[in-house]
Amino acid sequence: MTERRVSIHVPAMTRVEGEGSLRLRIEHGKIEELALDIFEPPRYFEKFLEGRRYHEVMDIVARICGICPIAYQMSAAQALENAFGITPTAWVRDMRRVFYCGEWLQSHALHVHLLAAPDFLGFDSVIGMAEKHPEAVRRGLRLQGLGNELIRLLGARSVHPVGACVGGFFRAPTTEQVAAMRDRLSAALPDAEALVAWSAALPVPDDDQAFVNVSLRHPSDYPFAEGRIVSDNGLDIAIDDYDQHFEEQHRSQSTALFSALHGEAYLVGPLARLNLNLDRLPAASRELLAQTGISFPSSNMFHSLLARAMEIHIAVVEAMRLLEYYAEPPIAHVEVTPVAGVGCGATEAPRGLLWQRYELDDQGIIRDARIVPPTSQNQARLEVDLQQSLRAFGLDQADDALRLRAETVIRNYDPCISCATHFLKIDVERR
Amino acid sequence: MQRPHIAVHKFSSCDGCQLAFLNAGEDLLELAQLVDIRHFLEAGIADEYAQVDIAFVEGSISTSEELTRIQRVRANSRFVVTLGACATAGGLQALRNLDDSNEAWKHAVYAQPEFIQTLDQAEPVSAHIEVDFELWGCPVNGQQVLAAVQQLLFGVTPLDPRDKVCMECKRQHAVCVMVTEGRPCMGPVTRTGCGALCPRFGRDCYACFGPAENLNTDAMSQRLQGLGLPPSDIARRFLFINSHAPAFHAAGRPFYREGFADD
Ligand code: SF4
Ligand code: SF4
Repeated sequence: MTERRVSIHVPAMTRVEGEGSLRLRIEHGKIEELALDIFEPPRYFEKFLEGRRYHEVMDIVARICGICPIAYQMSAAQALENAFGITPTAWVRDMRRVFYCGEWLQSHALHVHLLAAPDFLGFDSVIGMAEKHPEAVRRGLRLQGLGNELIRLLGARSVHPVGACVGGFFRAPTTEQVAAMRDRLSAALPDAEALVAWSAALPVPDDDQAFVNVSLRHPSDYPFAEGRIVSDNGLDIAIDDYDQHFEEQHRSQSTALFSALHGEAYLVGPLARLNLNLDRLPAASRELLAQTGISFPSSNMFHSLLARAMEIHIAVVEAMRLLEYYAEPPIAHVEVTPVAGVGCGATEAPRGLLWQRYELDDQGIIRDARIVPPTSQNQARLEVDLQQSLRAFGLDQADDALRLRAETVIRNYDPCISCATHFLKIDVERR
Repeated sequence: MQRPHIAVHKFSSCDGCQLAFLNAGEDLLELAQLVDIRHFLEAGIADEYAQVDIAFVEGSISTSEELTRIQRVRANSRFVVTLGACATAGGLQALRNLDDSNEAWKHAVYAQPEFIQTLDQAEPVSAHIEVDFELWGCPVNGQQVLAAVQQLLFGVTPLDPRDKVCMECKRQHAVCVMVTEGRPCMGPVTRTGCGALCPRFGRDCYACFGPAENLNTDAMSQRLQGLGLPPSDIARRFLFINSHAPAFHAAGRPFYREGFADD
């Protein structure tokens, strides 16, 4: 009998972060135990939101994640507007999409080039990859930079932008600023197209798995900042009903919370969004996807990288469309009068569905807050994936190879923790 | 000549400050030529125990594991530079220090709080080790970070802008949102560095760069009272992103009741 104990220690990770380990016990060539335990120093956002004024919420929740602050801000704005019974103007809704396009560009370009691609091309980091693939890396940095520019247009700075408020934006960009941005966007289109072709050609493992996809769905467009919550196993609900179908649990030895849909693991994020919204793609993006020759919906989790590249293209095309006939609006935000109530908000963060709920008193003071980030929703799915991927990969592979495959699988979810390349330390005991 | 070694370490934070490097585009590739980046998890470079010339630290210290780790960073680094509000002043999560809420909040959030190992306070790096240089901001200004790297590499102490956001507004000819709109802008007591972004975008500064030098918080509080803010709102203004910074803590505390209650 061979018992092979693989304990993998995670020295430092981001947001879902700190200390963690992948416990993997293989006996008689079978996985007997697999658990990804993650310890993130809790920062207690939901608790210190209590007692704050509604207009402070967006500046608070942004600080949950420096890579996707807009997602936190947009879900919060929607929740608070719902609580107050406010409908933002059409201009605000369009500009929120543009703002969000900036974040997808920035976050996806960062993930694809700095975090994920080195795995598939055999490099430790982007620095090494830049020597051998300078053009691909430069293209990625340009797209990431464009995303940051787009965010700055509406938010003044790209990390924790200050431009958005409940009701809209503090200030509208001028037509000159928007014209300059349009030029930059159209100049970037060839980069986005080349990125999709490049991503489709990356040597990724073939690993089909069965999983449930969950994302927002918008009546006519690819989902960003509004929609209903749908799945490919029949779910189609208003965001207010999230609680009746999804459940979040705390498992011991971890600060991560695990979410389940009717008791089952599910996937959120770029691949789930693309799988569920193929009929909502802008025409140019649809054509580009067809040219890759890879058929979607896809059940190969490793197509997440291609899905991210596709969403970079979608973001460029969408931002161009929304800014094409830009005119400065008479007002950049509607005035807000707080009333007591409850409101939910859900938008598509770069990493997937991000749901929030606030309860406020008649002074506009937060009495209760709940935030369900994408990473905790993917947690259960990630464990199932690790089980299946490692089995498909071959449990008799060398420890280092197993570790690298486990890391690649985890990083593929871009779960914030993935930011570290060699974050899994391996320590093997054999008997 | 050997290239200087640098490291970027992360503690309790949002990752926003290290993006100063990762968002630098071409400058990041250039920096990677000038220095030897020995540890920077988010860029995929891991050597936690590396001896370095400069260690950049993001995040506050809020667990015992982090406490051990920051001490090791100090022992292994010639210069320690804090990056941003979390590392320099405790950050937003230091709000738990106000009422010693760690235990209560842990029980409220986690079904099995016994597994959550945290220190009672979330504190700045300087509460635990000696820090050579501090950069403020939530997030830090990327230009400032790159300039500081350059200066440190040339053996010069980086410039430390301590003026107020107010001064920057004047330099930029921005319209004062306090005078014209009566907004409770924190610009008069907040350290410059952001380029007065908020007033230029038509909103009041919420002090994400922390306290300026030679600040008059009494005058600020009176001004806020004059604008009609109740005590709880004055407390909210000072006790926000930088609630643990001594000057803001001292200014906000007299107006504070548990949970930002009124009366
Ligand atoms: S100071 Fe602000 S931006 Fe920097 S890590 Fe902390 S929360 Fe994030
Ligand atoms: S104006 Fe104030 S709150 Fe706004 S970015 Fe500058 S320091 Fe931060």
